[in-house]
Amino acid sequence: MAKVKKSPWVLHYDGASCNGCDIEVLACLTPVYDAERFGIVNTGDPMQADILLLTGGINAQCQEVVKQIYEQMPRPKVVVAVGTCACTGGVFKEAYNILGGADTTVPVDIYVPGCAARPQSIIDGIVKAVALFQQRSDEHDKGIVNGSREGES
Amino acid sequence: MFVVPFLICFPFVVSVLMFCIRVNKIRNAIAYVSAVIIMVAVGVLAVQWGLGGGKTILLYKQTEEADIVISVAELALMCAVTFLCFKYKRYWISLLMIIPTLLLEWLEFFGPELAPVNHVRVDHLAVLMCIIIGLIGGLIIVYAVGYMHGYHHHHLEFQDRRYYFFMLLFAFLGAMFGFVLSASLLWIDLFWEITSICSFLLIGYTKTDEAIENSFRALWMNLLGGTALAGGILYFALTQKDVSLINLVEKGVMGNAATVIPIALIAFAALTKSAQLPFSKWLMGAMVAPTPSSALLHSATMVKAGIYILFRLSPAMADTLTGSMVTFIGGFTFFMASLMAMAQSDGKKVLALSTVSNLGLMVACAGVGQAETVWAGIFLMIFHAISKSMLFQDMGAIENSTHTRDIEDLNGLIYRLPMLGRIMFIGIAGMYLAPFGMLVSKWAALRASVNEHNIILALLICFGSATTMFYWTKWLNRLLSSTTEPKIRDITKKNEQISLIIHAILMIALCVLFPVLSTTYVEPLLLETFGYATAALPSTLLYVLIVVIMVIFAVPLIAYSTTKNIPANQKISYMSGANRGNNRDFTDSLGEPKELQLSNWYFKNYVGQRKLMEPSSLLAAAVIIVMLSMIIGGALR
Amino acid sequence: MSSVIAIVCFLVLAPFLGGFLDGLDRKISARMQGRIGPPVLQPFYDVHKLIHKQTIVVNKAQTFLMLTYMAVQLFVGVLFFAGSDILMCFFLLSTGATFLVFAGSVTHSPLSTLGTNRELLQMMAYEPAVLLACLGFYLAPPDHTFVVSELIQTPVSAILYLPGFFVAFVFILTIKMRKSPFDLATAHHAHQEVVKGITTELGAKNFAIYTITEWYEKVFLLAVVALFVVNANPLSYIAAVVVALAVWFLEILIDNTCARVKWDVLLKVTWVVTLLAAGVNMLILMLVF
Repeated sequence: MAKVKKSPWVLHYDGASCNGCDIEVLACLTPVYDAERFGIVNTGDPMQADILLLTGGINAQCQEVVKQIYEQMPRPKVVVAVGTCACTGGVFKEAYNILGGADTTVPVDIYVPGCAARPQSIIDGIVKAVALFQQRSDEHDKGIVNGSREGES
Repeated sequence: MFVVPFLICFPFVVSVLMFCIRVNKIRNAIAYVSAVIIMVAVGVLAVQWGLGGGKTILLYKQTEEADIVISVAELALMCAVTFLCFKYKRYWISLLMIIPTLLLEWLEFFGPELAPVNHVRVDHLAVLMCIIIGLIGGLIIVYAVGYMHGYHHHHLEFQDRRYYFFMLLFAFLGAMFGFVLSASLLWIDLFWEITSICSFLLIGYTKTDEAIENSFRALWMNLLGGTALAGGILYFALTQKDVSLINLVEKGVMGNAATVIPIALIAFAALTKSAQLPFSKWLMGAMVAPTPSSALLHSATMVKAGIYILFRLSPAMADTLTGSMVTFIGGFTFFMASLMAMAQSDGKKVLALSTVSNLGLMVACAGVGQAETVWAGIFLMIFHAISKSMLFQDMGAIENSTHTRDIEDLNGLIYRLPMLGRIMFIGIAGMYLAPFGMLVSKWAALRASVNEHNIILALLICFGSATTMFYWTKWLNRLLSSTTEPKIRDITKKNEQISLIIHAILMIALCVLFPVLSTTYVEPLLLETFGYATAALPSTLLYVLIVVIMVIFAVPLIAYSTTKNIPANQKISYMSGANRGNNRDFTDSLGEPKELQLSNWYFKNYVGQRKLMEPSSLLAAAVIIVMLSMIIGGALR
Repeated sequence: MSSVIAIVCFLVLAPFLGGFLDGLDRKISARMQGRIGPPVLQPFYDVHKLIHKQTIVVNKAQTFLMLTYMAVQLFVGVLFFAGSDILMCFFLLSTGATFLVFAGSVTHSPLSTLGTNRELLQMMAYEPAVLLACLGFYLAPPDHTFVVSELIQTPVSAILYLPGFFVAFVFILTIKMRKSPFDLATAHHAHQEVVKGITTELGAKNFAIYTITEWYEKVFLLAVVALFVVNANPLSYIAAVVVALAVWFLEILIDNTCARVKWDVLLKVTWVVTLLAAGVNMLILMLVF
């Protein structure tokens, strides 16, 4: 089984967020927390990303975008919803333009609550996501061994 | 050697036939047959001469009758040009024709008794030129028959004068054969003027204002060169009582002071003919003509006439001021033209500028005047002739099918017009990528220039290679870039395709045969010209090169065949998630669908022709004037 | 025989060396920024993971173009370590790089095409300095040769005659190694204004090919730097390694202290430096020797 967990590359997408969580996500990469210690790279390219970090709720406009970015990521992949809005829609839940949390659009694996989510909890969420990423990678490898390869997107 | 006069006269005979026959089908058939006959005749010449041991053959010492024919022809040409100049109110240009013609007529009939010379010389260089002219020229005629049919089909606004067009094409070929086979400067001068005038008439074929304007520009620039040529001949004849090109070069090599002025003047004439700065504009203007004539003028023949004469002169130009002038102008043109090509998006203009640029390199190689540089120059000439002729013809066919020649509009051509797109790919790759001949020759030129401690040339080649790479690669990018636009119906005629495919095969074959060609042909050629031969690339390297060629051809093929069947999930391209389900449409900031337009970089405000052409022409003109004055002043003192 | 060993060493060891240098690079950069940074072996983990991901493409031709790119760049390294002609190596290097350019443009995607245009511009910027460096090796006394196996046998190091060429070459190395301020086409840093530039549309596996090729290329380029120092004396090899590592460290320092420039600054500065440093050096060489 391939050890892929040492190299989780993160793609961060900001939905209808108030930007509070986004700042905290970036704070994870600063010298104080230094997420790169775990090999985490904050990439901008879905084609090369493993973990999708979503912040903010999903509105009608960004729904298609989130779907598309998720589609473009190669398997195996993990989705992390960061912050209360991404988890449930948060304080904006009843707003006319908000569809709800990230799970209204893409399958979310890890929920990181908080308003805004603290860097410690975000890193904790990513570490959990990494474990899941490794697990999926192992399943992915088995799939290749069994011959049922690359059928689905 | 009956084939020599045949090669010169036959095209002229066909040319008259072309003019007389007004039934397209019959004329086309004759054109095909004649083109094949010319190619066969060139083959016969090469074989006959080769079986004779490949020695230099001198012919026709006594030619009174021919001389009279030539004098009459010169006078007739003079009258024709004068008439046209007056008809279009460009009176002063006629002077450039009248003065040299009358001067040479005077020399012929009233001048001093000249030493008898052999009028025809068959040697390596002449045979090589004949092969290039015959082969490429013949293919261009085959192509032209189909092309002109389509051309007049699409351009109803122009009068259909195909009989006239083919007359000029054949006359042109005849003149070129005459030019490269002549050893007497008087004959050379006549054929020189014929090529100038043919090109002038071909450029003005469509008779639009632009065409007429450009044709007269081509005329005066070429006639200016012709005048310089006549001046050089006259000076040499009066001082040395001799009109043999070979004697001129031999005396020049020995350091005879009387040859300095003729060599400088003839070299100057060659600069105008091969469209070096400041005379590049005529070649750019020649683009208005139908494609076969651009191909003929640019690739195989016309411009190579200047190069040919420079190669002949090159031993005498080593370490002289003339040599420095020619080298500088050549290198400078190489760099400047490639810069200007970066700012062009019109395919034909890019080809034209790249022709100017590559000619510059050949001119520079000749100007250095060492066997090594001429080795590189000759290979540049061979490869350039084939790839440029191929590219021009391909561009013409593409224009007929797509009605555009803007590189930006030809996005994804390799998928939309597969055959023409592929040929274009081979042609462009041949112009600058390893391991094709152009790059190898450029490499050789670079080595040779360093060997000769010519720092300016070395620098210009280094920088010029970089800019050359830029404009070709971005063209290839457009060609390869994927597209959702529909396929285009390929209306290329069979004969156009045949010509194109033969070119492509020749191109790849030459690439592999390169080392063989070097040892069996080019080195003897240099031995003949210089008395010694050094290949610019050592032969061990040439064999390494073959390995390289194999690898470069094999790797993409292997990579292609192994990856072809690997299952891969196809994703849409990344546009920040805003695509609308495909790679072309996206949602803009107002939520509206919009089509994506991508374009290359052109830097029009930095290196456009408008920006650079004037200053660089001025600089080049200044250099030529100053150096010519120094040369002539120094020689007369 | 020794050239065969050199080739095998290059083919087998270069990716490890390149990856290791890359890891050190990231570690040193992190330390310069006051971070702890990833493990030194991180680049290997990354490539390992990339290879294990699903194969995705935007255009099917990408994979074949990337493989060709890799093969040609490897071949260049092989020729170099076999002691062949250095000018040929660099001509081939540009040909190989063109395949990367094709892989970038074949998708017709906006970010990738932008990166491609920038890459082309970068190639145009560094090409003269590279060619001039080759000419410099040739001009350096005593024997005029382009052949690498002869160049390493010279009695004195070439750098003594070629300081200007060396400066120009190190300058363009910043472009070749994709270091800020000249990382226009694609950057090693996670984010760039054109996302990942020319490599944006490369799926995980193709990106792995790209990364490995880059390692090979890095080793090749540092070997050329070393060639400036190497001479017939075996001790010079130690000096060469030291110089190559110093240059490598210098590039990291530049990377961490400079902001990305615009394309016109890149082109102008590079060409002026090339002309002044290498051109003047060449003039002196030609006049004196």
